[in-house]
Amino acid sequence: MDLKLLVFWVFSLVLVGAAVGVITTRNPVQAALFLVLAFFNSAIIWMLMEAEFLAITLVLVYVGAVMVLFLFVVMMLDINLLPMREGFSRHLPIGATIAASVVVLMVLLIRGQFAGSGFEQPLPKPADYSNTEQLGLAIYTDYLFQFEVAAVILLVAIIAAIALTMRRRPDTKYQRPAEQVLVKKEDRLRVVSVNSEDNQDIAAQVAKKPAGTGAVGNGQSAEQGGQS
Amino acid sequence: MGFFEGLLFLIVTVLKVLLIIVPLLLTVAYLTYAERKVIGAIQVRKGPNRVGFAGLLQPIADVLKLLTKEVLVPTNSHRFLFLIAPILSLAPAFAAWAVIPFSDTAVLADVNAGLLYVLALTSLGVYGVIVAGWASNSKYAFLGAMRSAAQIVAYEIAMGFALVGVLMVSGSLNLGDIVRAQEGSIFHWFWLPLFPLFIVYFISGVAETNRAPFDVAEGESEIVAGFHVDYSGMAFALFFLAEYANMIMIAALAVIMFLGGWLSPVPFLPDGMFWFFAKTAFMLFFFLWFRATFPRYRYDQIMRLGWKVFIPVTIVWLTVEAVAILLDIGPWFDIRSA
Repeated sequence: MDLKLLVFWVFSLVLVGAAVGVITTRNPVQAALFLVLAFFNSAIIWMLMEAEFLAITLVLVYVGAVMVLFLFVVMMLDINLLPMREGFSRHLPIGATIAASVVVLMVLLIRGQFAGSGFEQPLPKPADYSNTEQLGLAIYTDYLFQFEVAAVILLVAIIAAIALTMRRRPDTKYQRPAEQVLVKKEDRLRVVSVNSEDNQDIAAQVAKKPAGTGAVGNGQSAEQGGQS
Repeated sequence: MGFFEGLLFLIVTVLKVLLIIVPLLLTVAYLTYAERKVIGAIQVRKGPNRVGFAGLLQPIADVLKLLTKEVLVPTNSHRFLFLIAPILSLAPAFAAWAVIPFSDTAVLADVNAGLLYVLALTSLGVYGVIVAGWASNSKYAFLGAMRSAAQIVAYEIAMGFALVGVLMVSGSLNLGDIVRAQEGSIFHWFWLPLFPLFIVYFISGVAETNRAPFDVAEGESEIVAGFHVDYSGMAFALFFLAEYANMIMIAALAVIMFLGGWLSPVPFLPDGMFWFFAKTAFMLFFFLWFRATFPRYRYDQIMRLGWKVFIPVTIVWLTVEAVAILLDIGPWFDIRSA
């Protein structure tokens, strides 16, 4: 048996196991981590198919960024899974039917396409073949228009997401670092000369400090500098 | 490739891996020593000086101490995730070394998409932190994990953009080819034409490794020790190992992408692995220097720096670079004629 084939079987078994884990585990954090495992294993299988750019991007984007944010949210939520499982037996027949038909369709499609005639097993590419370069060439020459449209759609989605979640409150306090760094000593600090013998009132105020000069921050009258 | 040839290849590769991992572990051990000595010198102290000559055996003593300590698992923690978290943070830190070219020929896996691979693996290290924070079932650990997750996602973008600049001038994702594109002298290295990206990359690297002044994920004075507050013994040591391995990784990557890897700074000296290690040590010194001199950033300021300063800076510089490449400005940006 080929070593490559062995690797394929091991990782696809783990992939299927992880996918089953995603939907059967009771703990949402565990489910998210199973999904991470599933992503990782599919990346390895893509790598076996010599789609190195897609495989690494899957790990970089989905595992490295999307799932981290996912976990971030899931960990902070206190989800009670019992209500979500209530209608399980009632919906089971419909769900099972859909699942079975999807599986049947996939098997039919794949067998029809690949099994009988047509596709030869693809030959491994030479060592200097760069999958990334080929993808880049295809995207930026043959499919430039579609690619740019997809980019604009994504941009719209980004702006929409920000616009939907942005809430302005009149009493929100902001920092203005540009102004903060311009603050001088004179804006925050007033040095008061106190003669301890003559002026008893002020002397009482700064009694805890040694006589002479005392540095007093002028809390009330001062500009709050960077705060607005 | 038949099964047995494959097996033989596997064994040879494992031996090569050991040839990288073992010196890496030793470097980690002596990096902790160097750190304590450097910070000691900056703070006018002696640093470790009891175990062995000038304290040189101190890292060995530390390892022995940590090995003999008990690994405690808190009662209400998630046992499996709690124990796997240190491994999750260590494995990517080691695996990324597979594509690092130490010299012109000394590289374990000379893959075309090497840079992407490194980026993908460095972004995985955050799982160890998140899983550890969550599995510990402690609010301090959890806060540390949350901070770390947000921070790493934020700085990864700036880091990725900085690296886009590198691959624009080198025209390759292969780390070896990136170094080869910097052939010449110290003025041909990418640190000069890409200076803003170099700075952004290195500071983002410090933030990605959760080092001071961005070490809010640990934040001793605020959240005790952050994500690893409940870890002890070897489990704790693994987190530290991962952190230091990542530091060396970031330094090595900075060397490869901006400081000409194994290339010699002046034409009359020969290139070689020696230069790579010397430059990496030089970059590592900055990590220690930062730790000894800067106070810890406030968390919202970290976020501001990442999103509102670094990302715009990188985008502006990428535009400048694109124009320079379009106009074929030498000696760095004339890659089309080269």
